[in-house]
Amino acid sequence: MQQYKLRLHNVHKSFGSNRVLRGASLDIKKGESVVIIGGSGTGKSVLLKCVLGLIMPDRGEITVDGQNITFLPVHKRDNFMHKFGMLFQGGALFDSLPIWENVAFGLLQKHNYSRKDAYDVAIEKLRSVGLGERVAQLFPAELSGGMQKRVSLARAIATNPEIIFFDEPTTGLDPIMADVINDLIVKATKELGATTLTITHDMASARKIADDIAMIYDGKIIWRGSAKKIENSGNEYVDQFIHGRADGPIALAV
Amino acid sequence: MITTVLKPVRTIGKTTLNFLAAVGRLSSFAGKGIYHCVVPPIYWRLLFRQLIQIGYYSLPVVGLTALFTGMVLALQSYTGFSRFNAEGAVATVVVLSMTRELAPVLAGLMVAGRIGASIAAEIGTMRVTEQIDALTTLSTNPYKYLIAPRLIAGVITLPMLVLVGDVIGVFGGYIVGVYTLGFGPENYLMNTWEYLEAIDVISGLIKAAVFGFLVTLMGCYNGFNSGRGAQGVGRATTNAVVSSSILILVFNFILTRMFFS
Ligand SMILES: Nc1ncnc2c1ncn2[C@@H]1O[C@H](COP(=O)(O)OP(=O)(O)OP(=O)(O)O)[C@@H](O)[C@H]1O
Ligand SMILES: [Mg+2]
Repeated sequence: MQQYKLRLHNVHKSFGSNRVLRGASLDIKKGESVVIIGGSGTGKSVLLKCVLGLIMPDRGEITVDGQNITFLPVHKRDNFMHKFGMLFQGGALFDSLPIWENVAFGLLQKHNYSRKDAYDVAIEKLRSVGLGERVAQLFPAELSGGMQKRVSLARAIATNPEIIFFDEPTTGLDPIMADVINDLIVKATKELGATTLTITHDMASARKIADDIAMIYDGKIIWRGSAKKIENSGNEYVDQFIHGRADGPIALAV
Repeated sequence: MITTVLKPVRTIGKTTLNFLAAVGRLSSFAGKGIYHCVVPPIYWRLLFRQLIQIGYYSLPVVGLTALFTGMVLALQSYTGFSRFNAEGAVATVVVLSMTRELAPVLAGLMVAGRIGASIAAEIGTMRVTEQIDALTTLSTNPYKYLIAPRLIAGVITLPMLVLVGDVIGVFGGYIVGVYTLGFGPENYLMNTWEYLEAIDVISGLIKAAVFGFLVTLMGCYNGFNSGRGAQGVGRATTNAVVSSSILILVFNFILTRMFFS
């Protein structure tokens, strides 16, 4: 029997008349790295937030390690939250805290680290995303957008979570740094055995980090397959998306 | 025909329902906030920062307000009372008005403008930039981390501010009384003490604690439920200041009724 780490079944979510998710289903095995691709505004970020309980889905079922957490309110998720790490699309760094405390936040709150030990871990994690110790005492507002993104990434992996969500980890980074981040995500999956779900528009990144790629369109996962097969998916939506063609079955939402 | 008659009724009904729903949401928010104030863990570091932010940094504003209010009170009551030869009551009027009414209400309103706005803007920005969501994903309860320290700090610091305001207000009255109106210093101070009762000061401090709670609560509530974007944060800030100012005036009346009827 397959051991699924995370399962989404027929998840629906509307905001008023805006029907964002219309029956999205996705199963992810332990230790697997899945990349979600799809147009802007198709509900990729909303999908991740539904899993985390930050947005309540209208309908559907979400299970983690076989336990149904779909409608579990946030304050009852204490036993689940530590399993998750999340890189927010906008970074979401705490701007009242210095960089190192941002990275060490999870360790300081729940893992009973002393401030000294947490600082050391934070420095190590910052190194792994290509940032030196000298940024540790700065505040988020003093960093460039790409640097903030990397700090945010360091924060997401600092507690070695079992499941990590990366919402556009390489957007806004130069190509070399993007590749460093790709390696880091691969490493998190391969070495730490984390299960990762990554949203990206960057096909080079997707090919590098994904075991499987899933395409979201019209509120549903319309295709899923191995990253190697993406060129020959046989799906015209996927073809249009990965080649970035303006004409095809995907209608531009205006 | 029926519908035109019923239309105002429907509007009234709808407004009432909306109002009750808002009261319900606010009460549930307040309940959660209070719950997290009393149930450990408490974030001492954050509480300390808020005590400084809300209490210490409000001292100049509250002090100045109290000083000038005390001075004006002395001047005004003197011109009033001199019409029926009751100038001796000036000191008493100053100290009673300050402790019972003006220090708590004015300090409350000043803090509402200063702190209510900044709390709403800060928490609203955190909401809009997903920092509150990030807290949750890092296994930290936003009520405990953001709301509770501010509520506690508000309830603790406002009475202290008001106590300082009482003293400065009386001092303002004293300056005007002695240097402008020609009272003898001992005489003025004696008149200040003579009719002052503990309840006058204590009622003012209790009012201050309630106002401190209201100001921080409205700041937190509006920020926490801020709409999206800069516009949402702006609206949250305005709502926080307006609603807490109105609540201060309403509760001032209710509390005065309770204490002195
Ligand atoms: N909190 C919210 N309230 C109302 N509508 C929302 C909310 N969050 C998202 N939406 C709407 O849901 C839709 C999908 O948003 P989402 O952020 O998931 O897009 P996305 O697929 O991540 O796009 P992008 O690639 O641009 O990040 C959008 O139309 C957005 O307006
Ligand atoms: Mg998104």
